[in-house]
Amino acid sequence: MKNYKNKSYKLTVFVVLLLTALIFVQCKDDDDNGNVIDVISCNDGIQNGDEDGIDCGGSICSPCEDNQLNFDGNFVQEDIAGRPGVNIIFGITDLSKNNYNVSEVANRTIFQEDFQEVLEHYYDIYAISLDIPVDELNYENNIFDWNAGTFTTIMSNYDALQVAPDGPTTYYNATNNLVFTGRYLSDDVMDFTLKLIFGGADGTRFDGNNSTPQLTTDDVGLGDRDFTLSFPYLEVPLTLE
Amino acid sequence: MHLNKSIWKLENFIVVNLNNYYKTMKKTKLLTIIGGFSLLLLSFIFMSLDHIDATNVAGTSSDIADFFAFEGDNPDNTVFVATIQGILAPGVVTENASFDENVLIEFNIDNTGDFIEDLVIQAIKRGDSIYFFGPVIPNQTGLESDVITSAPNHIVQISTTEETFITNEDGMSFFAGPRRDPSYFDFNRFIDIANGDAAPEGFYPPGESTDFFVGLNVLAIAVEVPNSLLGNAPQHILESQGTISGLPPAYNVWVSTKRKE
Repeated sequence: MKNYKNKSYKLTVFVVLLLTALIFVQCKDDDDNGNVIDVISCNDGIQNGDEDGIDCGGSICSPCEDNQLNFDGNFVQEDIAGRPGVNIIFGITDLSKNNYNVSEVANRTIFQEDFQEVLEHYYDIYAISLDIPVDELNYENNIFDWNAGTFTTIMSNYDALQVAPDGPTTYYNATNNLVFTGRYLSDDVMDFTLKLIFGGADGTRFDGNNSTPQLTTDDVGLGDRDFTLSFPYLEVPLTLE
Repeated sequence: MHLNKSIWKLENFIVVNLNNYYKTMKKTKLLTIIGGFSLLLLSFIFMSLDHIDATNVAGTSSDIADFFAFEGDNPDNTVFVATIQGILAPGVVTENASFDENVLIEFNIDNTGDFIEDLVIQAIKRGDSIYFFGPVIPNQTGLESDVITSAPNHIVQISTTEETFITNEDGMSFFAGPRRDPSYFDFNRFIDIANGDAAPEGFYPPGESTDFFVGLNVLAIAVEVPNSLLGNAPQHILESQGTISGLPPAYNVWVSTKRKE
């Protein structure tokens, strides 16, 4: 039994030594074939020195984020948005609509006529339903005394949100007589836009009273939305119940 | 109210309907109504498809739903919010919605009054984050852009339906991720009106209207920037063009999406 134990011990020692030796063989740096990297650089294709990644970060190389992420390329416009309601309400023809999305804000003169035509379409629709000749029911100057040409020029040629850095922000606030100084999430921009289109000089032309169509408000408000939150000012997404 | 390409197909149908109506009203009213209804039906089909497929269909990842710009909680700041890829149903559609690494979202600021961007704030996805560059003078203005990597940049991890991530650095704040759709409008009734199907009544009386967006989500990008980084504001455009007096100086701002060629 004793001999057996000694043999077993010797065998164990031998195996351990052999495995240890194998580890050293595996790690032996004898496969460089003369191309030994003895100077650390930022273009040797490996992470060495105090680099945070391959050839980036650390005390010598440029930060990894810039090196590892590629922001190259030419980006071409597919969509654009400025003032609310312009595309949807003034809805230009389908062809020019696509052109509008890939146009520059400063180059929109060609769309003004389309806008004005659409503006009159709305009145034609109601002229027919009210049995009034279409040329007798037309847009009338709105609360800013804009005629159809001025109105549609502002909507087409200057389609951007105006935002006043010195505030206060409002899309339209009758009480302090302020308008177009930005757009809060809560601003009822569609009602205001409808009022400019259908409201006439006092904003009540087609307000549903006196047998007129209701075209100056959709009667939809904030509902249960919470617009009092701090940054990012938006509510968390709705989830399924 | 969803103002742009997220539902551009639908918008186009509205326009087609308007044009259709205009042309056919000189013929018979019946034909117009039939045409209006059939196109309206198609509109709903396309809206449904756009809704369900919004995260998968190529060409929709650049769709802008809506745009907001306002004074921040800190009155020395301006906030820019863009909603993208509306409309997203709660649940798996929202959870699967993602920003596109090939789409550059740009907030444009004109501070001289010529409606050409003098500064841009760029946002683009890489990995699980959105990288923001600017405000910075763009290398070129107009329809094409490159990412200005030399500009001050900030990173925010994209929020999920479960977690909200915000980066606050250098007086600026950044957010990107799914949010409840802030827009509200009786969109369906508006379609009826545009089609002539709501004449002569117009919009519904109180209590009968429906907010189309009330149960939906969008992907949102929000940036809050000190006004000191945006330059001086020019004379308000509507003082000269709209003959409205007494308006404060105001930047002209818009958002655009640009796809990598």
